[in-house]
Amino acid sequence: MTLLSTRGLSKHFDGLQAVDGVDFDLPEGEVRALIGPNGAGKTTFVGMICGRIAPSSGSVVFDGADITALPAHKRILRGMAYTFQITSVFPRLDVAENVALAARRRLKGREMTRAVDEVLARVGLLERRDEEAGNLSYGHQRLLEIAMGLVQKPRLLILDEPTQGLSEGEIASFKELLREVAGQTTILLIEHNMSVVMETADRVSVLDFGRLLAEGTPQEIHENAAVQAAYLGTG
Amino acid sequence: MNGWVRVLALHGGLLAVLFAAQFLLPAYHHGNLARIMVLASYAIGYNILFGYTGLLSLGHALFFAAGMYGMGLGVQHLGLTPAPALLAGIAAGAVVALALGLLALRTVGVAFMIVTLMFAQAGYFTILYFSEITRGDEGFVIAQAQRVLWGIDLSASANRYFAAWALFSACLLACLWLVRMPFGKTLVAIRENEERVRMLGYDTFAHKLGAMVISGAISAAAGASYGLLFGSAGASFAGVQYSILPLLWVLLGGAGTVLGPFVGTLFMFYLIDLSSGITTAYMLIAGVVLVVLTLFAPQGLMGELRRRFWRGLP
Repeated sequence: MTLLSTRGLSKHFDGLQAVDGVDFDLPEGEVRALIGPNGAGKTTFVGMICGRIAPSSGSVVFDGADITALPAHKRILRGMAYTFQITSVFPRLDVAENVALAARRRLKGREMTRAVDEVLARVGLLERRDEEAGNLSYGHQRLLEIAMGLVQKPRLLILDEPTQGLSEGEIASFKELLREVAGQTTILLIEHNMSVVMETADRVSVLDFGRLLAEGTPQEIHENAAVQAAYLGTG
Repeated sequence: MNGWVRVLALHGGLLAVLFAAQFLLPAYHHGNLARIMVLASYAIGYNILFGYTGLLSLGHALFFAAGMYGMGLGVQHLGLTPAPALLAGIAAGAVVALALGLLALRTVGVAFMIVTLMFAQAGYFTILYFSEITRGDEGFVIAQAQRVLWGIDLSASANRYFAAWALFSACLLACLWLVRMPFGKTLVAIRENEERVRMLGYDTFAHKLGAMVISGAISAAAGASYGLLFGSAGASFAGVQYSILPLLWVLLGGAGTVLGPFVGTLFMFYLIDLSSGITTAYMLIAGVVLVVLTLFAPQGLMGELRRRFWRGLP
């Protein structure tokens, strides 16, 4: 079953065509990586999916319903979760409250506290639950951001460059985490780190100059000449 | 729960001290404190929008005056007794806040400040314009006979103190309760990072509008009570000065703390009171003290306490 699809999704900023008529389908349960050179329109594209950016034209269908006109918070309530590319936690609130804010949409009281602690344990931040989020290291803030996504138990989890700025060790544990979550939810992953893409994604979509350039298994994409040209130039 | 017990002890303790103070204070300070408690209630209302939600309004005098005139005009022209007049005042403040919120919350930051300031000025001039009803700048007196609530004469100083204390207690406890509720916690999160809150699935506009209505209703309750307890209503209470004062009180006492509004109001009131006893240039002394405080305790007195000693202080 297709969980998410877009048809002719486009966005132009004045003269610049950031995303250009993208038809995209994401079946339920899949881990899909979205890759492409800097400025290819990846963040704009997912921004239109989750409602942060209004499209210039085209439509977004989620779980069988056209959500193109819905504001962001209503899309989130339908089961999307979005983690930010630039870490966007609540720096002056403690770690547990950061996650609780995400959890309160669906849980209350003790159940909520339990879910928060469970997710914090999963990303390895449980012993820091009472610290101010702003005092966490950058890597831990990225993990907190992911915990805020996970605790919503979303049907579609959109991760915008989750490993950006992480150390090798942190990336390894992130891959582990992603494999665990993969069975439970559909994931759309914007990622620059090719080892993460190759090891975790079921399929890969490549965006270049706002257009969908190629789509296939990690292996197919790896061998695709057009993708190599887009990344490395045609010389 | 230990933290919660300490919180209750601190806030309950203050209310107990204020209650006991009425039997101990000399008449002059007795009257001052009654006034301070009503004004601090106004500051509590302001703090919910500014301190907790992060929206800096420069037009709260509009809500204070809506409460005062909602009550006062009801008494003067409709012959309402104090209880329904108070309710009319609070309702007027809530309705005005709802209408202003629907318009002003489309803007953010400096634009929000200007829009709220403009509407408050429009409210001020409206009061002046309809001076046949409102008596304009001069205002009107609410006679002693009109200030008897359930057989209690609110113009008597002991009753007035007790009424001010009851109002202040209600506002303080409501604020304490609100900020521990999920709704209040969401407001704090909006202050910290609104876009993130939106992307967690919250309708941030509805939350900000809710905060505005609660803030407006509390401010109006203070305005209505002020008119009723001190026996007059006047256009000066709708002026810019009464929009700036709660901002100052809250900043001094500590924005985003439950006790900050009271501490700030008390401090500012006595700062001016004491310095005016020393020199006619009392605003100079007040100004210097304010500058020093802003330099060394930028988060206000209670904010500084929270930063240094008690991180969980609500």
